[in-house]
Amino acid sequence: MHPARSLILFTTLSGLGFGLLAFLCLGLPPLTSWAAVFFFGLAFVMAGAGLIASTFHLGHPERALKAFTQWRSSWLSREAWLATAALAAAGLYAAALIFADTRVAPLGWLAAVLSLATVYATSMIYAQLKTVPRWHHWSTSALFLALALAGGALLSGQAWPAIVLILGAGVLQFYAWKTGDRRLADSGTTLATATGLGARGEVRAFEPPHTGPNYLTREMVFVVARKHALKLRSIALVLAFLVPSLLLLLPYTLSLAAAAHLAGVLMLRWLFFAEAEHVVGLYYGKR
Amino acid sequence: MTDLPTHTDRSLGLVIDLDTCVGCHACVVACKGWNTENYGAPLADADAYGAQPIGSFLNRIHSYEVQPAEGPAQLVHFPKSCLHCDDAPCVTVCPTGASYKRVEDGIVLVNETDCIGCGLCAWACPYGARELDPVEKVMKKCTLCVDRIYNETLPEEDREPACVRTCPAGARHFGDLSDPQSTVSQLVEARGGIDLMPEQGTKPVNKYLPPRDRDIDLLAPLLEPVAEEPRGLLAWVDTALGKL
Ligand code: SF4
Ligand code: SF4
Ligand code: SF4
Repeated sequence: MHPARSLILFTTLSGLGFGLLAFLCLGLPPLTSWAAVFFFGLAFVMAGAGLIASTFHLGHPERALKAFTQWRSSWLSREAWLATAALAAAGLYAAALIFADTRVAPLGWLAAVLSLATVYATSMIYAQLKTVPRWHHWSTSALFLALALAGGALLSGQAWPAIVLILGAGVLQFYAWKTGDRRLADSGTTLATATGLGARGEVRAFEPPHTGPNYLTREMVFVVARKHALKLRSIALVLAFLVPSLLLLLPYTLSLAAAAHLAGVLMLRWLFFAEAEHVVGLYYGKR
Repeated sequence: MTDLPTHTDRSLGLVIDLDTCVGCHACVVACKGWNTENYGAPLADADAYGAQPIGSFLNRIHSYEVQPAEGPAQLVHFPKSCLHCDDAPCVTVCPTGASYKRVEDGIVLVNETDCIGCGLCAWACPYGARELDPVEKVMKKCTLCVDRIYNETLPEEDREPACVRTCPAGARHFGDLSDPQSTVSQLVEARGGIDLMPEQGTKPVNKYLPPRDRDIDLLAPLLEPVAEEPRGLLAWVDTALGKL
């Protein structure tokens, strides 16, 4: 899939933002007055910026409100509802904390659950797609949630939970790559089934329908060189998981660890899109 | 709602004959023409006369080479447009309700004034049957020429999809695939019509007729030498010349 900047920013920032919100709303760390303003501000800015970035991907952002209508069938619509509900609940919780100096714990729990549910809905937009076998797996949602939790623990300064969660997410990422690399082959969809000509012999794409690119090839037929991918994966693993967990063992390195993690997750998300093979590529002889 | 209907009264669709398609792209042009002038936003091109032209099409023709274990390779032209799936994943993912499948005839359509151009439906379609219009930024797809097939201002013989009407090889057929008595259903029955990517579980309405097995050398037998040994006058000339 084409690694669109708007979607990379959206999934990274809103994932981290909602992860942070979940921790803050659980009272981890316990915050009051200016510290609360700063931390909740950071979480809202990240989650909000991510959601705004996602609208850049739309052909008609001015109609975005229509996306709230199909929650019964569409994960994208559910995500819109959950994100709004999470921000509203967290906003109320933060307002009570900052202006009235009271912690409404049940409201915080609700906001935390809604925040994580938002991340889950985002992950399901991708994981539901049978057409992208690499994404069509439970590990996609598990990884989105693990990264949100790890990032949330890190940004909220929960050093030990952060180390554990970051390492856990790293293992999960490794597993997702390891199994994901096989998933297109395992899906059983090939040029033979795509054309129905497989029983007659070896099928090869002879001539594309047109001499130039089209929407489909630009959007869904992105190929990363294997050598390239391996290098990027290694750098991303080091930045997103290794560096932050080592830094967290040292004092006063929280912001540095957070910066490395953010850079690493941005790379992971680039790979998440760029490496995902859409079966339509088969028709173009590109898989 | 983008829930799929549990039942459609009819299943209108196309039957595409891979045996007779000659790969002329006439249906592509007919489709582009009709859909640029009729239902919905015109099917646009961007940078049409520039260095990087790109355009939206609802129907495209691929060509594949099939190499059997023995014998020469065969070239198969492969028209592809929306298959109007019964279990259309493109419909259920749509957040706005712009994508829907009609109960009365099973046609899958996009309501362009509701579409936000998120592109998720194009991701959900395994066949590459949906393209975002480069100018209008709304999702375009085959409408099964819904504005022709019921159009009483057109002469009766034109009330079929533009691609079907145009095809010089008769490789595209239109009809109700839920009616076992329809000509398209009988064609599918007789020729062993198949689904594309059945494992994707989309239950496509459109069917494809595989190329037929036959001795493709129709003319060669006629060109065999008829007489190995010359007879009559030719035999006399032959022996006379041989004696010289
Ligand atoms: S072919 Fe693609 S666009 Fe058409 S109904 Fe099936 S899934 Fe949807
Ligand atoms: S691009 Fe339009 S029709 Fe397709 S899923 Fe998005 S809103 Fe629905
Ligand atoms: S039925 Fe109409 S819209 Fe669909 S491919 Fe044929 S000409 Fe194009």
